[in-house]
Amino acid sequence: MSAEAQIRNYILENYLFTDDQSALDSGDSFLDKGILDSTGILEVIYFLEDEFSIKVEDTEMVPENLDSVNNIVAFIGRKSQ
Amino acid sequence: MQSFSERYEAEVLNFDREQAAEHICETMRELLRSKLRKRGLVVAVSGGIDSSVSAALAVRAIGPKKCFFMQLPEVDSAEDTQSRSSQLIQHLGVESTQHNIASTLEAIGCYDARDEAIKKTFPEYTDGWKNKIVIKGGIDGQVNHFMLVVQDPSGKLQEKRLDLREYLQIVAATNYKQRIRKTIEYYHADRLNYAVVGTPNRLEYDQGFFVKNGDGSADVKPIAHLYKTQVYALAKHLGLPDSICDAIPTTDTYSLPQGQDEFYFALPYQEMDKALWAHNHGATAEELAEMLGISEDQAKFVKQDIDNKRKTTHYLHAKPYLIDPIAELDL
Repeated sequence: MSAEAQIRNYILENYLFTDDQSALDSGDSFLDKGILDSTGILEVIYFLEDEFSIKVEDTEMVPENLDSVNNIVAFIGRKSQ
Repeated sequence: MQSFSERYEAEVLNFDREQAAEHICETMRELLRSKLRKRGLVVAVSGGIDSSVSAALAVRAIGPKKCFFMQLPEVDSAEDTQSRSSQLIQHLGVESTQHNIASTLEAIGCYDARDEAIKKTFPEYTDGWKNKIVIKGGIDGQVNHFMLVVQDPSGKLQEKRLDLREYLQIVAATNYKQRIRKTIEYYHADRLNYAVVGTPNRLEYDQGFFVKNGDGSADVKPIAHLYKTQVYALAKHLGLPDSICDAIPTTDTYSLPQGQDEFYFALPYQEMDKALWAHNHGATAEELAEMLGISEDQAKFVKQDIDNKRKTTHYLHAKPYLIDPIAELDL
């Protein structure tokens, strides 16, 4: 499964309680759309560190890296380079 | 046109203290009479500014004989907060009780659950060590996250970022403190047929700095509309002892001294009051930056942090949601 699919499924299953792929656009801002709050973002970080074996540094905990599926996919891509 | 700083000074700092106190007291009497139908007020007094002012207003509203105060310390309560609350009780001449909740917290597993989570981050943590949680991120535009600070008996401090599971367990365990206190407050309220006074100031209430079914639970919250700076001003106006008027706000929940701005808010309360007021009155990041003497980027992050906390903590204010409304109870 691609990283994008893994992240999308995690958000859909745990925060939107659906498997309807149309419920989430990969560009949707989690915070602006009210999909996640700041605790939810911390849970996503926990998921990413566990699932993709990366360490998210304090300075990387910014919306540009974490606030949408697209942002996370790009962030993971940069981390694994 | 007046600057935001000038307007803040006129509207917030120079508010009419006597009128504010009288408005609160009259409203409390009216609520007791027409909504709560209780014959007195119980207040848990911590020695902090908010509970002290709320207690003094309760006494002013209905007299000392219709009030009952409680001191509810536990092992992590600072000694000076206890001596300040004793001073307040004496000053206001109200009947009171002291109930140390440490054995209850011990029995329910509060300290064990907290220490178990701390040891996952610092395995060497044991009896005699102290701890606190510090918030990071808000003013730097980062997602708020939490550092665990521990101090060994020699005084050496160490700090590490908390993993989410451990952070949530430490907060969940320490929330027992506020919830056990509230259980005791309602015991006394029930036996006396009194109402319970909640003591958040506006900053705490607006930003959700309270524990649901803990300190967030109450029948009336007399100072929830007042900025913290105004609560300090009211303490002086009401003639409370200097030790209380000059007290620095702490959470009094963790064993290391912990300012509220370390645990929850992006800035110290004087600046947070200004930021919240200015944000509420439509100040731009540029105007807020000028008012607080911070960068425009930082001001933007502070504004975002205020909105984020409102969203994140909205559920703390909400009544339980029903599937369908019950119109008959819409009194």
